[in-house]
Amino acid sequence: MPDDLINSFMTGPDEKGRFGDFGGRFVSETLMPLILALEAEYERAKTDDSFWAEMDYLWKHYVGRPSPLYHAERLTERLGGAKVYMKRDELNHTGAHKINNVLGQILLARRMGKKRIIAETGAGQHGVATATVCAKFGLQCVVYMGKHDVERQAPNVFRMRLLGAEVIPVTSGRGTLKDAMNDALRDWVTNVRDTFYCIGTVAGPHPYPAMVRDFQSIIGKEAKEQMMEAEGRLPDTIIAAIGGGSNAMGLFYPFLDDKEVSIIGVEAGGRGVDEKMEHCASLTGGRPGVLHGNRTYLLQDDDGQILEGYSISAGLDYPGIGPEHSWLHEIGRAKYVSITDREALDAFQLCCETEGIIPALEPSHALAHVKKIAPGLPKDHIICMNMCGRGDKDIFTVAKHLGFDMSDTEGRDAD
Amino acid sequence: MTRIDAKFETLKQEGKKAFVAYVMAGDPDYETSREIVLGLPAAGVDVIELGVPFTDPMADGPTIQLAGQRALAGGQTLEKTLQIARDLRKIDDTTPIVLMGYYNPIYNRGVDTFLADAKEAGIDGLIVVDLPPEEDDELCIPAQKAGLNFIRLATPTTDDARLPKVLQNTSGFVYYVSITGITGAANAQATDVGPEVARIKASTDLPVIVGFGIKTPEASEAIASVADGAVVGSAIVERIARKDSPADVLKFVADLAEGAHRA
Repeated sequence: MPDDLINSFMTGPDEKGRFGDFGGRFVSETLMPLILALEAEYERAKTDDSFWAEMDYLWKHYVGRPSPLYHAERLTERLGGAKVYMKRDELNHTGAHKINNVLGQILLARRMGKKRIIAETGAGQHGVATATVCAKFGLQCVVYMGKHDVERQAPNVFRMRLLGAEVIPVTSGRGTLKDAMNDALRDWVTNVRDTFYCIGTVAGPHPYPAMVRDFQSIIGKEAKEQMMEAEGRLPDTIIAAIGGGSNAMGLFYPFLDDKEVSIIGVEAGGRGVDEKMEHCASLTGGRPGVLHGNRTYLLQDDDGQILEGYSISAGLDYPGIGPEHSWLHEIGRAKYVSITDREALDAFQLCCETEGIIPALEPSHALAHVKKIAPGLPKDHIICMNMCGRGDKDIFTVAKHLGFDMSDTEGRDAD
Repeated sequence: MTRIDAKFETLKQEGKKAFVAYVMAGDPDYETSREIVLGLPAAGVDVIELGVPFTDPMADGPTIQLAGQRALAGGQTLEKTLQIARDLRKIDDTTPIVLMGYYNPIYNRGVDTFLADAKEAGIDGLIVVDLPPEEDDELCIPAQKAGLNFIRLATPTTDDARLPKVLQNTSGFVYYVSITGITGAANAQATDVGPEVARIKASTDLPVIVGFGIKTPEASEAIASVADGAVVGSAIVERIARKDSPADVLKFVADLAEGAHRA
């Protein structure tokens, strides 16, 4: 633990919503009063025991927390080095970590008297989580989803509609996750008085990055306790995949001041981090800029225009990253690497075969990095990776990449 | 005193309301856009708002979004936008030019470099949608130091408690956004706008210009009559989108300007 607060990595953001130079409140004037009201409400809720009592109750009885910390024995054996643990957030209700945060934001929306909830979604996991919690509390839910993602994630679109949400396919810009976020912001500017914007990741204007991190930190808090129970000590390395970076921030945050723990974030390398820019690795392949209310690392061209990311994983397909990650990257507290589509697919299959767990493509990126480094580490080195989502939603994508014809009822290989 | 201050001084002496026209730089292509901009002063435009295209215009409706996409597809850059301003300055040294857009292209160029370039190109003011007063250190303060006006948006959600903060570092004029929403959306109503403008004017000596949701010469007149002027953007951009000739676009602009000047 730190000797004093000055040496702590856990004091951010400052009163301007900055983590070092990153973060901030880069929004139009129409939204500013609302963002300040949200910040005030969150500050009140944060120190309100009844707010956290309700969260704890719902986390336990509705989400199914705590999620297990699981020693992946066969995977450990196969890799032949470090001891690998998985934080099983894919076992949550709705199949991913997203609901940890949605619950918190919806409880805040209820405190603020907002009856209409909007959200953006890429792969559909945040949209499904938002639609779920809205159904539970009887709130109107509108989800913005890129037209392209609506097509490639049809099961999640249907889930959201079953849950009573309106899914709006976004055709503005190029119809991707970032455009869905633009359209959600446009909706918010238009319906600012009755609407709550439930952002799915640790990005956006202050207080969202800090608030979403705090709600997701349940992952790291549990992991820490569970690791002490299992091993009597903290892990040596923690690893998580990053699109916007909420599951990673949730795992990392409670460990930031444990300087003996090395922290690794894994970005989506797509077809490779090179000048063709067919990837979503904002930190490894981008530079600082301002988008969606915060300053952070972004994929952009020479003239400051934002580029589209690419990844096999729709959940990582975002040209930015949460501002706290940008800061952790610059000060060197966390290390950020990238993993290609191919490497993620290999890890996906390895996990299925050795552990009987079908992972989402997002944590498959984290797993791929585990696969890369574990063999070279000693057997008493403990790795904890965040299994932040289950792979049911991805089987169609994976089948296509593996050349397996899903339309063939005999289930033969297409080749 | 910037060209903006001088222009409003002149209008005041003449007892006239201001007409402000917005066009997206580079829309539908560089040459056409340049021709339209260079024709705006003769069409009666008092202040030119030159849109800086951005891939992610989160406060704009479909009309301005598509204009930005057309401009970017045509190869428009921040440098080319400044070039249009330079070209206008060769034939007109009094009509103020305000750049309107988002922060990232400016941040990407580097604030100091951008301000020097903008000043040299004959730009007089900046409207940057995603820089509220909370972020004044970024560009607002440096811009004022460099002799450029920083024009702030006030909106229906800017209440009395917040208004002083919004007005504090504003110069040139105040841009009142008539609706909670995006550009080109609902119609602005003079009966709603009038009291809001009066509320703002009670706290500042700056001119208050109203924009968003003004689409016709009649609306331009109605809104200008309850404010110091009116801005029209999307309605002009729509004419450009449907491929009206520059002459036809400028004729429409002249009608809008006449509307405001009648007020």
